[in-house]
Amino acid sequence: MTEAQYGRAPGDNSSDPVEAWEPSGLLVYTIGLLLAVLLTTTSFWVANTSLLWAPGIALGLAVLAIAQMGVHLVFFLHITTGPDNTNNVLALAFGVLIVFLVIAGSLWIMADLNEMMPPAELMDLHMQH
Amino acid sequence: MNFAPTIEAVHHGALLSASEAGPAPKRLVVAYGFWIFLLSDIVMFAAFFAGYAVLVRATAGGPTGAELFDQTNVAIETACLLASSFTCGLMSLAANTRNRVRTYFFALVTFVLGAAILALEIREFGDMIAIGATPHRSAFLSAFFALVGCHGLHVAAGLVWLVVMMAQIATRGFRPAVERRLLCFSLFWHALDIIWVGLFTVVYLMGVSP
Repeated sequence: MTEAQYGRAPGDNSSDPVEAWEPSGLLVYTIGLLLAVLLTTTSFWVANTSLLWAPGIALGLAVLAIAQMGVHLVFFLHITTGPDNTNNVLALAFGVLIVFLVIAGSLWIMADLNEMMPPAELMDLHMQH
Repeated sequence: MNFAPTIEAVHHGALLSASEAGPAPKRLVVAYGFWIFLLSDIVMFAAFFAGYAVLVRATAGGPTGAELFDQTNVAIETACLLASSFTCGLMSLAANTRNRVRTYFFALVTFVLGAAILALEIREFGDMIAIGATPHRSAFLSAFFALVGCHGLHVAAGLVWLVVMMAQIATRGFRPAVERRLLCFSLFWHALDIIWVGLFTVVYLMGVSP
């Protein structure tokens, strides 16, 4: 197969004999699993500990979650920065952009709206209680 | 992982431009199309996440997340989903070497773990509804049931798909068409896992932490 000429399908772990010396599929999945377990356990610990500065916990959890999504993309979905993966990465980048716009945009607009609302005694419509 | 394609490219010569290389193999076209679908699915989940994040404090005097969520349950679900993602990877490795017994075995493990998540989710929903925390109790609960329920529906669809795939391997063997569908299935299952990472962080961990 000369699939390298066309790029690589997302999720395809190459079974090309030419690259028999690259890390075996089993090793890649095992490393992915170990990293994912490590990040998940840290997330649960962060959410339950009283040792950390409380206002920072939400941000810490978000960072851990994004890191774990990255681990899943690289080790389970085999998205790499290689030249044969450009199409997959570009599509992913567009998806991430839309996800960011939808989530951040909604939170921003709705927080603004709640601020503009008259106090609750006058108009019981806002969403913060 | 990252260095492998570079060396491969040197081995085969530089990547040809699209006009020189001719049509791409079908496996690649199908998997890329499915990748685009998955990204659109993730965008749909982003809308549910945004809705949940906006409505999370709109409990209308009803129960809050901290009162409802059971972290042990979530930890078990997360462990099952991580393990099933791993066994799904092992299944695709076994399918690549056309080893039927191992493919069936890892597919079975993946199915059992997936069914366990679904059962836990249904039980959680049942417990919540039993104490009056139904989707129409508050906007927060509507958003919660929509988001988690949508993930549950995806898991259920994945389980049906996995059974169909095993039936196809049994009746048709490892044909290229069947292998392409298996590749799409493993992409789908891993993508569900990525969504669950966002879900347990945003809904459960941020919900119970003070």
